[in-house]
Amino acid sequence: MTYETIFAGFGGQGILFSGKVVAYAGMIEGKNVSHLPSYGPEMRGGTANCSVIVSDELVASPIITEPELLVVMNGPSLDKFENAVVPGGKIFIDSTLISRECERDDVESFRIPATQMANDMGIPKLANMIMVGKLIKETNMFTWEQLTGAVTKLVPPAKAAMLESNIKALEAGYNF
Amino acid sequence: MSKVLMKGNEALAEAAIRAGCRHFFGYPITPQTEVSAYMAKKMPKIGGTFLQAESEVAAINMVYGAGGAGVRVMTSSSSPGISLKQEGISYIAGADVPCVIVNIVRGGPGLGGIQPAQSDYFQATKGGGHGDYHLVVLAPSSIQEMVDLTSDAFDIGDKYRCPVMIMGDGMLGQMMEPVEFKDADVSNLPEKTWATTGTGMKRKKNIINSLFLEASELEKLVLERQERYAEIAKNEVRYEAVDVEDADVVLVAYGTTSRIAKTAMAKAKEMGLKVGIIRPITLWPFPFEAFNNALNGKDKKFLCVEMSTGQMIEDVKLAVGDKAEVHFFGRTGGIVPTPKEILNKIIELGGAK
Repeated sequence: MTYETIFAGFGGQGILFSGKVVAYAGMIEGKNVSHLPSYGPEMRGGTANCSVIVSDELVASPIITEPELLVVMNGPSLDKFENAVVPGGKIFIDSTLISRECERDDVESFRIPATQMANDMGIPKLANMIMVGKLIKETNMFTWEQLTGAVTKLVPPAKAAMLESNIKALEAGYNF
Repeated sequence: MSKVLMKGNEALAEAAIRAGCRHFFGYPITPQTEVSAYMAKKMPKIGGTFLQAESEVAAINMVYGAGGAGVRVMTSSSSPGISLKQEGISYIAGADVPCVIVNIVRGGPGLGGIQPAQSDYFQATKGGGHGDYHLVVLAPSSIQEMVDLTSDAFDIGDKYRCPVMIMGDGMLGQMMEPVEFKDADVSNLPEKTWATTGTGMKRKKNIINSLFLEASELEKLVLERQERYAEIAKNEVRYEAVDVEDADVVLVAYGTTSRIAKTAMAKAKEMGLKVGIIRPITLWPFPFEAFNNALNGKDKKFLCVEMSTGQMIEDVKLAVGDKAEVHFFGRTGGIVPTPKEILNKIIELGGAK
């Protein structure tokens, strides 16, 4: 089984970190993984995206041109990647920041007001983790335990408070 | 030892430290800067030297000095910065000083762009600097291989007293993959009797130098070095060859491009096409033997795929001679070829639908 996901949004939304959480969880589960970020001008305040592959097979090309899964946290990213998703794929949209609906009828789309939810919960920087929570809920990539296990290992013990809010955000997305 | 998820540039830096490198001189440039940043963070904690030089020219000459004193030393840069280092690299080769030079290639010529490219193949394998010399050039295609080859690069440099280049590209530098560090024992490296470590009034002084005004002396040294290159070509050639024997089309690609080529190869096989791949791991010495093996048996076509307008293809043509057709597909300027583009070319050559 191979899961190919593109995460995309603005620089500063934690797009690359979302991808890292998924790649990390894959690695802990003994899968082959790759995490390919956009870099350069995009890192300096523009759009950011990363391609994450989690697979039972060796990862050949780390570039994803036809993702099965797409997580978008701004309008330009939906515009850019919507048509690349394979038929039958899933698109996860932060509906606080993207007002338009997904225009494809051959994919499944999920609208999550992640940014609003994160603001309401007092963790405004963790809308990305809400999106990851929903992504994992709607796919068979990992179980809830595997996901939280990965995040626990990824957040350094010195930052226990951060871990708690990350898990809270994942949970909100997972249960949405 | 368990696996860790690391960015290529950082994994390379960590691998160098584990290989006993305690001296790093660099100058930042995208997409390689994380190597320097990692060294800046780590070196002071382990008693090493990290120095951000005033320029690439200064950095490579610091490498020359440290290497001459016999320590394991590394510098890293990306294409335009590597061009600036060429004079120093030639001097280092001319003085038989081992060191490791990392080039995380970006699009060129000139300042070019910052996206991945392989357009420095000529520069890396055919000279770059002046004079009769070679770099050993290692081209990893994954972060794990980058880590393993970094360790080998120091060993090869020390063994043959020559500069070794690790050539990656922006994508390998920036992407993250799980890696495992296989700790080599570097506590008992062979002594470098030629190094300028101080005579202690007990031996004749060692001199590190690339100036030899007496032509006959210079010729002798150059020829001796050529003998060492012949040894390297005999002992250090590395490549991967997959399903080559039975193939109608043999892909030839290295580094990042080889991974994309492998995806295209898998898709071509699903369509019933017979496709294999030769992946050079040492770009110099070039793996000519891989082609000799491939040329035994049935007729086949070769398809060289590069992120350049065609540089390695010259070595492929040299290897294949007039025994088979050699074709090319490449993207350049920072564009990474897609599996589909490569697949279309395979189909065109393979004669299938």
